Amino acid sequence: MRTAGAAGPLQQRRQYWVQTRRLTAALLLFWFVVSFVLTFFARELRFALFGWPFSYYMAAQGALLCYLLIVWIYSRQQERRDAAFGIRDAGNE
Amino acid sequence: MRALNNPPSPAGRERGWGEGASTADSSTNLPSPVKRERGGGEGASPAEPSTSSPLARNYALFTVFFLLFVLLLGIGEHYGLPHTFIGYTFLFATIGLYAGIGIRSRTTDVAEYYVAGRRVPAFFNGLATAADWMSAASFIGLAGSLYLLGFDGLAFVLGWTGGFCLVALLIAPYLRRFGQFTIPDFIGARYRSEWARAIAMAAALICSFVYVVAQIYGVGLITTHLTSVDFSYGIFLGLAGILMCTFLGGMRAVTWTQVAQCIILLLAYLIPVAWMGLQQTGSPIPQFSYGSVLDRLERREVQLNEDPREREVRAIFRQRAQEAQARIDGLPGSWREGQAAARKAFEDLKEQHAPMALLRSAERALQQFPATPDDARRIWQRQVHSYGERAETLHPHAEPYWSGKDDSQLAAQERSTKRWNFLALVFCLMAGTAGLPHVLMRSYTTPTVNQARRSVFWSLFFILLLYLSAPALAALVKYAVYTQVVGQPFSELPAWVATWSSIDPSFLRVDDVNGDGILQLGEMQVGPDMVVLAMPEIAGMPYVITGLVAAGGLAAVLSTADGLLLTIANALSHDLYFRMINRHATPARRVTMAKVLLLLVALVAAFVALLRPGSIVSMVGLAFSLAAASLFPSLVLGVFWRRANGWGAVAGMLAGFGLCAYYIGTRYPFFQMAFHLSPADWPLWFGIEPISSGVFAVPLGFAAMIAGSLLTAPPPEECSKFVDFVRMPEEPAAAADAMTD
Repeated sequence: MRTAGAAGPLQQRRQYWVQTRRLTAALLLFWFVVSFVLTFFARELRFALFGWPFSYYMAAQGALLCYLLIVWIYSRQQERRDAAFGIRDAGNE
Repeated sequence: MRALNNPPSPAGRERGWGEGASTADSSTNLPSPVKRERGGGEGASPAEPSTSSPLARNYALFTVFFLLFVLLLGIGEHYGLPHTFIGYTFLFATIGLYAGIGIRSRTTDVAEYYVAGRRVPAFFNGLATAADWMSAASFIGLAGSLYLLGFDGLAFVLGWTGGFCLVALLIAPYLRRFGQFTIPDFIGARYRSEWARAIAMAAALICSFVYVVAQIYGVGLITTHLTSVDFSYGIFLGLAGILMCTFLGGMRAVTWTQVAQCIILLLAYLIPVAWMGLQQTGSPIPQFSYGSVLDRLERREVQLNEDPREREVRAIFRQRAQEAQARIDGLPGSWREGQAAARKAFEDLKEQHAPMALLRSAERALQQFPATPDDARRIWQRQVHSYGERAETLHPHAEPYWSGKDDSQLAAQERSTKRWNFLALVFCLMAGTAGLPHVLMRSYTTPTVNQARRSVFWSLFFILLLYLSAPALAALVKYAVYTQVVGQPFSELPAWVATWSSIDPSFLRVDDVNGDGILQLGEMQVGPDMVVLAMPEIAGMPYVITGLVAAGGLAAVLSTADGLLLTIANALSHDLYFRMINRHATPARRVTMAKVLLLLVALVAAFVALLRPGSIVSMVGLAFSLAAASLFPSLVLGVFWRRANGWGAVAGMLAGFGLCAYYIGTRYPFFQMAFHLSPADWPLWFGIEPISSGVFAVPLGFAAMIAGSLLTAPPPEECSKFVDFVRMPEEPAAAADAMTD
């Protein structure tokens, strides 16, 4: 699938980078909220959730699983994008 | 005797550009389990290592053999195998195994030595990175810090995992696309500046060195624990294990050893956690079910807070704090009186021909008496602080930013300070992760960019196995101690209390403060570094689990120390010697140089570790702040801001590193003592601890870098081409040409 095939090389390059940057920014926002906003309000968010204090659960497990999700989404999306733009995957040639 | 009949050696040579394309091939006679499809068709995905590959099979076999080995020792113990034998077996079997892999993977080839030939599949690179990453601080220190700090200790958990988001999103794919050898390489090529390269090299050296000192300290701790040799012998014994691997085979040996070490360390952590989980929650996966333990722990905490004997102990400490404060207020007169009293006590005893033990303790008291009024002020201030802390009520484990102050205004202030320190620490550890050279180096060892991204996923996955367990472990151990040890008579305390308090009082200290013959919680001081190592004894597991945990800790320490020493030696031999001093050095000479430097650095680090500069977690934390402040801005802006230039990078690195070093040098207790600074003259900024100094230094680094770049001429054309290349290698050949010097 070559969605970006029609554009010129320069434009394609720009498009690729704009999309990459957008994904990076979105995921970083997610990362920021999980890491800093939730922890900032940790004292306020101490309601019980399935027998766990919510803020403790988020800091001990929830956030970590979110991080794994972030890295997974990024890796998957970028692989697809690389394929869409026809980038041969080799940083070393 | 165990596993790995075939050394894990993926082949399928790949030629890198630049001088990495090497000729010597030390691996042609070995099986090649993973073949990479070169180039591929359009949009071809890279060859995935299938689970049936010999590499995976070897490591699966290895895991089974290792478990059998532990089981066998367990059965042996049941039939009366002595503990020291088990301890030594674990020590020598694992070190021998690592050395064996190291010897089988020995190499003198440059690409092999520096980046393991760039053909480590994502899954195994993830395992190796996880081992590289999980150090003494994660394995030994983390659960202990959580035990002591409760919720506030989770800053380490968040920081040390969330940093991988930054690595994956901002750094790893770009480094891999660049595809050279070291981090200073990247900075030097991006900014076309030898100054930037030199400063990046110095920063990489210093961060890694601080970090490696903490690891070697951990090695000493564990070998002492396993074999009860002296701490200093322990350090050199462990060092031999580290060197065996890095010295012979460089990155190649280190990678394949680290995969084995990662498996061992995960098993060594998860098995006892499952055991304790079964004991206390009835489930072998307490990671999911320790919520109920938190609940029980909280009730026990309330009970202990109300206990009249505990109140008595707290009252005694409050009084001691007041006495120390009174002595400070009475300076310098109180110092003179105190010294005279100590001397008189000693001389009186001498005249009375008192028993030797009494005489000795009086002599020690006299010798340890502060030498000057200034020293006295410093020491007594610390006493006020520590007694004051022990006079506080119990810290509820799961409550964030707790304060034990009675005064509501002071309490609100303390809570706010704790909250900001928590956020600052999380930030520094994350940015530090994305700036620490030994972790970033691992992005170079995968075959492709896609594999580099996937490798970050796998490393985070394996790291989470340990990081999701550590808080559970802390809660389980804490509950066991609170219910089974506290409230016991001193004469009936379990054996581990005596063992650990005799090794070093900083691990564990119990004194009968109120003289009632019963251990109150307030009479017990636990050091963070003993919790994990003592956990099997605390939970009453057989000795073989103690040995397993120690072997796991050793694996964690050795793997990280390996990676760090390699980074240091590479920075010296590749970036300093080859890039700056002798550009015509032959590959063989460079590798030899790296090996000699490795040996020297290891010895110096061991020497520093002998001085015991702090607890493992705090030393490691300093390394993170330094790495975050110096390398993180120039790595990120190098990719995401085209206008960044060499002078900007130089300014950013110097400013970030300078501020960080200044703050640590004047605020960290070890340096305050070394430089004879009084904490009162060097107040913390906004109450932020020195371990989190990066929270000031990273923004300053970014600011200085932006200002420096904008004030000087835009970067040359080649830099722009470089940026294009790492963002998207459209014309790889052309861009690569632009970068080769």
